Amino acid sequence: MKEKITIALAGNPNSGKTTIFNNLTGARQHVGNYSGVTVERKEGNLKHKDYDIKVIDLPGTYSLTAYSPDEVVARNVIIDEKPDVVVNVVDASNLERNLYLTTQLKELGVPVVVAMNMADMAETQGINFNYQILSQLLGVNIVRTVGTKNSGTQELLDEVIQAASGQAEITEKQVRYINELEEEISRVQDLIAENSSATLEAASSAAEPLNMDGDYLSRWLALKLIENDKDVIQKIKSLSGGGKVLEQVAKSQDHLRKIVGEDPELIVVDGRYAFIRGACQEALTYTRQDRISTTEKVDKILLNRMLGLPIFLGIMWLLFQLTFTLGSPPMDWIDAGFGLLGEWTSAHMNEGLLQSLIVDGIIGGVGGVVIFLPNIILLFMGIAFLEDTGYMARAAFVMDKLMHRVGLHGKSFIPMLIGFGCTIPAIMASRTLENERDRLVTMLVSPLMSCGARLPVYTLLIAAFFHEKVAGNVLFSIYLIGIILAMIMAKVLKKWVLPGESEPFVMELPAYRLPTLKSVLIHMWERSWLYLKKAGTIILAASIVLWMLFTFPTVDSQGNEFASSSLQMEQSYAGRVGHAIEPIIAPLGFDWKTGVALVAGFAAKEVVVSTMGTLYSIEDEDALAEAEEASVKGFADRAREQSGYTPLVAYVLMLFTLIYVPCMATVAVLKRETNGWKWPSFMVGYTLVLAWVVCFVVYQGGLLLGIGV
Amino acid sequence: MNGKNLKDLEPGQKARVKKITGNGSIKRRILDIGLVPGSEIEMERYAPLGDPVEIKLKGYHLSLRKEEAENIILE
Repeated sequence: MKEKITIALAGNPNSGKTTIFNNLTGARQHVGNYSGVTVERKEGNLKHKDYDIKVIDLPGTYSLTAYSPDEVVARNVIIDEKPDVVVNVVDASNLERNLYLTTQLKELGVPVVVAMNMADMAETQGINFNYQILSQLLGVNIVRTVGTKNSGTQELLDEVIQAASGQAEITEKQVRYINELEEEISRVQDLIAENSSATLEAASSAAEPLNMDGDYLSRWLALKLIENDKDVIQKIKSLSGGGKVLEQVAKSQDHLRKIVGEDPELIVVDGRYAFIRGACQEALTYTRQDRISTTEKVDKILLNRMLGLPIFLGIMWLLFQLTFTLGSPPMDWIDAGFGLLGEWTSAHMNEGLLQSLIVDGIIGGVGGVVIFLPNIILLFMGIAFLEDTGYMARAAFVMDKLMHRVGLHGKSFIPMLIGFGCTIPAIMASRTLENERDRLVTMLVSPLMSCGARLPVYTLLIAAFFHEKVAGNVLFSIYLIGIILAMIMAKVLKKWVLPGESEPFVMELPAYRLPTLKSVLIHMWERSWLYLKKAGTIILAASIVLWMLFTFPTVDSQGNEFASSSLQMEQSYAGRVGHAIEPIIAPLGFDWKTGVALVAGFAAKEVVVSTMGTLYSIEDEDALAEAEEASVKGFADRAREQSGYTPLVAYVLMLFTLIYVPCMATVAVLKRETNGWKWPSFMVGYTLVLAWVVCFVVYQGGLLLGIGV
Repeated sequence: MNGKNLKDLEPGQKARVKKITGNGSIKRRILDIGLVPGSEIEMERYAPLGDPVEIKLKGYHLSLRKEEAENIILE
């Protein structure tokens, strides 16, 4: 008979938790999202002996407070989903700090098995562990593991099964705080208990009844209340009798402040650390001390005051080259491959709507999804390497001052940099930011970094409307305006859209490690698959909708074919949209044709050019896209004749292309990353408004001053 | 005044934490990550641009912004 066990994997960031998770589940992983937050949820399954085991990988946290969504998610999973066992991965070379989370897990009343990870590293540092004593003192079972060598995994699973089936002897040991605090805890606890089990059930965020032992739960709630946990306070407040409990909590806190002379929060934290210190003193022996580690030696160079910045920039340059230069040939192959497939299909099908749908809509759409894969695979190979070695935290350390000045985080630098190549991997790279607000702001402003697809639009317009001598400056100014707008928007978003207390930067600079191929590959695979599955479907759907907008109606109101493709485009739904928005974009110097081109640009920004080519009846679109001189001249002449384009209008059009709605693929990726349509809609809205405002100011200002008219 | 704080420490200097000021998430984060009163810390370095700073305590390294370091009062 098979039995099912659920385990939750908890641990500090950098404790090697992900490696253990990969060892346990291999590639049998599933990535999703926790509802309501952008925290990612990872699960995997495995079989061990006669058991089907489900593993939930909790977000890496140092604690279980209500201050960060990650920590709230971690503790809610434990309370609501009732894992049979929590496996707590700890960094053995950094035991005291890592055990801090362990004490809190114990307070939740679940069986805890500790994976003493990276034990080999700790042992070479001269730390010896007495597992038996440590296990007794902490009230947990301990297994020695070395994640990178996949050692200890089977033993860990054995221990999990023992703990889950209640065979393991686990002492009820947990932190005992100073007497003054214990007394107050009991006082609050009693009051909570008086409000009966109904209260307790309601206090859990789950609709289902609690599996937490009543005693554990009331003690935990009491402790959390004294600690000022805003989540728990909120829950208690909404209960009948909650007011009385909170009154007692306030009294207890006052009492503690008076007699102990410390903040209750500090007394709690102190109590846990004192408990851990005591246990470690008994169970750990040091054969050597204060050795200068390899990490410290490496950091003397990598974080050197003079060399740190150039080395960082060099690594960033490599990452960019890896992603885009190395990614470019496979992208060309994919492009050519889908081109060939389209041609082949065209040749083997009768001309008509179905052919157009399959070739332009579906093949084109799928191609538009797959084309970004090389970038994503290569970028995430680079990012996995930087994260697994431990350099990512250093990168944040080096860049934080600059980024913090504009309201971003040191880790925002990589997404912003990648944004100059392509916004899609940039948004996906924002995942490296642990903090939700920082991550959102970074994702929302990264489209303002002018991506590679916008460059053909600029080069064409510059070639057509500007003198060679100023071409470079014009182009540079567009990029610069993008960066400046991103800085301004980051500040604005932080202040008004996502207001809140500034999040602490306090972070660990982990010891350098050699990444394993397996973890880099899993990371790459996971990101690429998520992109294909979650974002790909939306991109495909959107490209088919766009295809329909530009294709229908296929005949004019009399049922006759259109005389030319430009006429067809004018009469298409997209053309009608262009006409409809003309009054809105007229103050920017644009006519309806520009409007149509901008609608088309939603598919991909470079399409703005070819659409304009069609509208201005430039026969050879390819030549135009390549910015060949003759066709560029023809384009410029026609655009001038038909729309009265001036260099000023061309410049404003470049600005608009820079700022307005990033392509649909970006919107789709943002939907996947933020787990909903709220932020993608916001991004579309704010970029449209911003584009209009900036373009209005520049165009009207230019007219007034007589520049470029 | 609060006296000497972590920001005043030069690279290479050691000190002991006396108390943590500040409020809400910053204070809690500092405490949770192990910077509790009584901890021995050493200033390792400033970032190349002068902020944040890196400190060493009990076998691990932390980085924090100077504005956060101000909350860490030293003995």
